[in-house]
Amino acid sequence: MKGFFTVVTILVSLPVAAQDAKKEILKYQQMIADGSPVELFELEGEALWKKAQGPHKVSLEKCDLGLGAGVLKGAYARLPRYFKDADRVMDLETRLLHCMTTLQGRSPEDATKRVFGNENQPSEMEYLSAYVAAQSRGMKLAAGTSHPKEKAAYELGKALFFHRTGGWDMSCASCHGEADKRIRMQDLPVLHKREFARPIMATWPAYRVSNSQFKTMQWRINDCYRQMRYPEPNFASDATIALTTFLTVTAAGEPYRGPGTKR
Amino acid sequence: MAGPMKMRATLAGGNTDVRVLMTHPMTTAQMKEGLHHIQNVAVKQNGRTVVEAEISQAVSRNPVFTFRLKGGAKGDRIEVSWLDNKGETNKIETAVA
Repeated sequence: MKGFFTVVTILVSLPVAAQDAKKEILKYQQMIADGSPVELFELEGEALWKKAQGPHKVSLEKCDLGLGAGVLKGAYARLPRYFKDADRVMDLETRLLHCMTTLQGRSPEDATKRVFGNENQPSEMEYLSAYVAAQSRGMKLAAGTSHPKEKAAYELGKALFFHRTGGWDMSCASCHGEADKRIRMQDLPVLHKREFARPIMATWPAYRVSNSQFKTMQWRINDCYRQMRYPEPNFASDATIALTTFLTVTAAGEPYRGPGTKR
Repeated sequence: MAGPMKMRATLAGGNTDVRVLMTHPMTTAQMKEGLHHIQNVAVKQNGRTVVEAEISQAVSRNPVFTFRLKGGAKGDRIEVSWLDNKGETNKIETAVA
């Protein structure tokens, strides 16, 4: 009889334990959302934004992120968008690179020397992304959708999202295409659907508590490609910008709440 | 030089809630960087020490601390400082809002 009861207890408690774990994760996320090291990255980013660098010895304070030279408030929420001066759709990191090479006169090689940092030494791009994105808190995501090149970027991003290839014949949709999939305890959002894309795009870029690193959207896409065993996409390439455009347009209207804090 | 700190101190139900962020690598003795961690944290309320804490390598990188101090009033000066095992130190001061 004793054995019977033990079996029953285990059968009943397993699903409950899984639910409890999810609840605990939610509780933890709420706890870290209020007061996360993201704010330290914003401070460092602000210092870098105002620091004179490159052969021209100027800061990025005159950088036009789409709303005019030096306008930061709400600029991130409107990216990616078409920029006439570059005749190209650009996301935040690509635009920052543009300002580093044009305003500061740095070579593309110098500006992209170290785009992804690590826990001991975060990259300039990570600090700057934190600072710029934070100035859009509370603003609705509204990536560009009117210019023909913005429409083309959206369509390319959508096609890439569903395009299966690489050594494992995977696409983004292999993991992010159906509901109720997960990797370990991490639920996978169905990113081509509005209700899933909205909370995700509203909280990237983000600080990862588990590895103490601040991660940009360019890194997120780069690392998804690595996990799918594709060749590594170039930083600020049309493909990565197109995917970000597709995801951000899908999430349109969501108030930005980032930079987020992730597990 | 030590990286930035950030602090917020607010009145809540007659108490003072302090939340402070610190930039620190907090490496353990097992890591290739070697032992490097904050060991003392002190909180002062209008110059009077109200919290003295000893922390270890078990705390994560870039620590976040929250304290609830009894009482307090708008404009109280809150100072938080840390000292690590290599003698580096940093502090931040703010007025209760």
